[in-house]
Amino acid sequence: MSIGLEHYLVLSVILFSIGLYGALSKRSAVVILMCIELMLNAANIALVAFSRFITPQLLTGQVFSIFNIVVAAAEVTVGLAIIIAIYRRHETIDVSRIDLMKW
Amino acid sequence: MGLEIAFWVLAVIVVAAALAVVVLPNIFRSALALALCFFAVAGIFVTLSADFLAAVQVLIYVGAVAILMILAIMLTREVQRGNLSNRLRMPVFVLVSIFLGLTVFAVLNTPWPVSAEAPQEPTTSALAKILFGQDGLFILVEVAALLLLATIIGAITLVRDK
Amino acid sequence: MVIMEITIPNTAVWMILLLPLAAFALVALVTRFSGKPWLSAWLSIGATLAATCLSLWALLSVMSSPHHQIAIAGFDWLVISGSAGIQMGIILDSLTAVMLVVVTIVSLMVQIYSQGYMHGDPGYPRYFAFISLFTASMLGAVLADNLVMLFFFWELVGLCSYLLIGFWFDRPAAANAAKKAFIVTRIGDFGLLAAILLLFSQTNTVDIAQLHNMAIAGTLSGAVLTWAAIGIFVGATGKSAQFPLHVWLPNAMEGPTPVSALIHAATMVAAGIFLVARMFPLFEASPEALTTVSVIGAFTAIFAASIGLVMTDIKRVLAFSTISQLGYMMLGLGVGGVAVGIFHLFTHAFFKALLFLGAGSINHATGTFDMRRMGGLRKLMPWTYATFLIASLSIIGIWPLAGFWSKDEILVSALESQPVLFALAMITVFMTAFYMFRVVFLTFGGKYRGDNRPHESPKVMVIPMVVLAALAIGAGWFNVNGGFASFLGHGESYGFIEGLFGIFTHPLTWASLLMAGMGVLLAYAIYSAGWLSAERIGRLFRPFYRLFFNKYWLDELYIDIILKKIIINGLFARLKLFDTLVIDGLVNGVVRVAMNVVFIGFKSFDTLVIDGLVNGAGVAVSTLGRVLRKVQTGQPQLYGMFIILGILAIGLCLVFAG
Repeated sequence: MSIGLEHYLVLSVILFSIGLYGALSKRSAVVILMCIELMLNAANIALVAFSRFITPQLLTGQVFSIFNIVVAAAEVTVGLAIIIAIYRRHETIDVSRIDLMKW
Repeated sequence: MGLEIAFWVLAVIVVAAALAVVVLPNIFRSALALALCFFAVAGIFVTLSADFLAAVQVLIYVGAVAILMILAIMLTREVQRGNLSNRLRMPVFVLVSIFLGLTVFAVLNTPWPVSAEAPQEPTTSALAKILFGQDGLFILVEVAALLLLATIIGAITLVRDK
Repeated sequence: MVIMEITIPNTAVWMILLLPLAAFALVALVTRFSGKPWLSAWLSIGATLAATCLSLWALLSVMSSPHHQIAIAGFDWLVISGSAGIQMGIILDSLTAVMLVVVTIVSLMVQIYSQGYMHGDPGYPRYFAFISLFTASMLGAVLADNLVMLFFFWELVGLCSYLLIGFWFDRPAAANAAKKAFIVTRIGDFGLLAAILLLFSQTNTVDIAQLHNMAIAGTLSGAVLTWAAIGIFVGATGKSAQFPLHVWLPNAMEGPTPVSALIHAATMVAAGIFLVARMFPLFEASPEALTTVSVIGAFTAIFAASIGLVMTDIKRVLAFSTISQLGYMMLGLGVGGVAVGIFHLFTHAFFKALLFLGAGSINHATGTFDMRRMGGLRKLMPWTYATFLIASLSIIGIWPLAGFWSKDEILVSALESQPVLFALAMITVFMTAFYMFRVVFLTFGGKYRGDNRPHESPKVMVIPMVVLAALAIGAGWFNVNGGFASFLGHGESYGFIEGLFGIFTHPLTWASLLMAGMGVLLAYAIYSAGWLSAERIGRLFRPFYRLFFNKYWLDELYIDIILKKIIINGLFARLKLFDTLVIDGLVNGVVRVAMNVVFIGFKSFDTLVIDGLVNGAGVAVSTLGRVLRKVQTGQPQLYGMFIILGILAIGLCLVFAG
C-alpha cells in the first residue's frame, strides 16, 4: 500500500512512546537525556510528515524541525554540562538518588 | 515502490534502535543504538523529501549529540552501573501503553486533509528563501544564534572548576 | 346594797384610764429632764390619786345601777372597710368596778411608798413613768369591752413588767429576770391570741358581751368553745404564774420591791385571774375547761407552797406564796365561780402588797433579803412587825381577818364539787401557815444575826403599810353578809353579824383553822422555841428537801433540757442542717446545673464543636498536606508521570466524550 501520512504519524507516535517510557523510568540521567532526544526526533518526524502531506509547497514543518534540532542541541549541551556538574558533586547520576526537591 | 520498502526498513530500524536504547543494559551500547536511530531518522527524512533536513540531522544529531552522549558516559563512568530502571517502571509502562493506544487511535481516525500536490525538491533553496529571504524568518535565526550563545556560556559556567 | 342613785359621766370613766396614761407621757417626755425628781413622782401619784377617786365613784355608781352595769359608748379606732375593725370601748360592770378599785388603791400605796424606797435612785423619774404606764395598762385591760383591746393592753402590761423587773438593767440578774418574765408570759399570750383568733373565725366578733351571749345561748359550743376557753386559760397561766409557766415569778424579785408589790399583788398576776373571770360564761359553758382551771389551780397551790417551805430569801418565799395563792384563786374560779375567785383576788391584793412592802422595809433596814441574816427585828422595827404580822395572819386565813373569808369561800366550794382538790387545798393551808410563820419567826423573832443597825423605816413608807393593814383586816367584811358575792352576781345576802359569827357553825371553818394553827405551831416549834431542829427534819426528809429546794428542777428542765438541748441543739441545729444541706444544696445545685448546662455546655459546645471545626479544618489541611507532600518525591520522573496521566485523562475525555 502506499505510504501515507498515517504511517509516518504512527511511527512518530511509537518512537515518542518509547522515548517517553525511557524518560520516565530510567535511573541514569544520561539515558534519560537520550530518551528525550528520541522524543524530539519523533516530533521532528511528525512535523516533516505533516508538512509533506498537508502543505507540500510550504516548508513550514521543515523550518520548524530545523529550529527544533537547534534547540535540541542546545539543550543536550546544557543538560550534559549539568550532569557532569552533578556527577562531580554527588559521585552519582542516579536520579532516584538525587532528590533535593523532596519535601 | 522503492519508497515503501525504504520506509519500512527504516521504520523498523528506528523502532528497534529506540527499543535498544531503552532496553540494553550496557549504556555504551545504548548510546551507539541511539546513534543508529538518528541515522535511520535521517533516512526517514529522505523518504519525506526533506533532504536538507536529513543532512542537518546527521550533522548535528549523530555528529554532535550522540558524541556528546558517549562523552558524558565516559566521563561519568556510567557503564559499570548498567541501564537500570526506577520503581516507576510498571505504572509508566501502563500509562505509556495507554497513551500509545490512544494516540494511534486518534491519529488513524482523524480525517487529515491530505493534499495531492507534489513536494518541493530540492528543499535547500526554498528553506534559504524562507529563512533568509525577503519577508523571511530571519529573526528566528538571530534568536537561535543567541540561544546557542547562551548555551555555550551556560555550559562552560556549569562545568567550570572554581 | 343600794345607796342613792349615783351616776358617773362617761368621760370620767375614760379619765380613769387616760389620766395615768397622760402622766406617763408627761413624765417620760417632759419632767424627766426637769432636774426635779419629786416633780415626776408627784405627777404620777396625782394622776393615780385622781384615778382612785374616780374608780371609787364608778364603784358607787355601779352598785346603785340596775343589773350592776352601766353602758358606756366606745369608738372606732381602726376602721377596715367591709370587715371588722378595731374598736375601743368600755364595759363598766361590777367586775370592772372591783378591779378598778383594787388596782388604783394598791398602785397609789406603792407609789407613795416608792418615794421613800427609791429615794436617790438615778432612775427615779423613769421609775414613776413606768409605774404610771403600768397602771394605765392594767386599767385599760380591765375596762376593755372587746378582746382585741384587752389583748392590746395585756401585752402592754407584759411590756411594763419587763421594763420594771429589769429596772436596774445594769445588773445581769435583773436583765435576765426581765427577759425570762417577758418570754414565759409570751408563751402564755400565744394561747390567748390563738383563742381570740379561733373565736373570731367562728363568730366573726371579738366583742365580749356578744361572745358571752353566744356562749350562754349555746351558739358557741362544743370543741370550739372548749379550745377557746383553754387558750384563754393558757394566757392566764402565763400572766398569773400557774404551773408550768410559773418560773418567771421568783426571778422577778430582782426588780425593786415596790414593783414586786405592785406586780405580784394587785396587777399583773391578777390579770390572769381577771381574764378568766371576764370570759367566765365561756368557761361555764365548757365543763372541761372549767375542770382544767380547777385542777391546775389546785396543783399550783400545793406545788408552790411546797417550794416556799425551804426558801431562805424572804422575797422568794413571798413569790412562791403568791403563786400558791393564785392557784387558790384559779381553784376558786373553777369550783365556785367569779365571785369566789375575785373575792380572794381582792383580799390577796391588800395583804400580799403589804407583805412585800414589809419585806422592802426590812431590806431598807438590814440591807439584805436573806432571812438567815435577820432576826430580832420585832423590837427594832415595830410598825413593820405589826403590819407584817397582820398580813401573815390574814394570808393564812385566821378569823376575822380578810384572808379567812376569801379562803373559806374557796374551801367550801371545793368541798362541794371536787373533793380531791379540796384535800390538796387543805394541805396547802397547813403549808401556807407553816412557811409564813417560818418567815415571821426567822425575821422578827430571836436575836439579830446580821451586821447592820436596823431601824424603823420613814413615815412615807410606813403609812401606806398601815393603810394596807387596815384593808387586810377589813376587806373580807364586804362579803360577811354576802354582799360582795351578790354584787358580782352570785350568792345570797344575809345579815352582817349573822355572817360574822355564824361561820363557826360550819365544821369546815374549824377544820381550816385547825390546819392553820398546826402550821403555826410547827413553825413555832422549829424556829422559835427550838423544840425541833430544822436540820434534823431536813435530813430526815432529805429527798423532799432537795426536791423543794431545787424548785423541782423545773428551771433546769426548761432552760438546759428543753431550750438548749431540744430546741437549740436539736431542732434549730437540724433546721440549720436542713437549710444548709437541702435548701442551699438545692439552690447551689440549681446554680451549678445551670452553670454546667448553660455555660459549660456552651463552653464545651464551643470547645468541642466550634473549635473542633476550626481546629479540624486546620488538622485536616495539615494531614492532607502531610499525606500529599509525599507526592513531592523530588524526582521529576514522577512529576512527568503525573503530567502524562493528566494528558491522558484529557485525551480520553476528548476522544470519547467528543
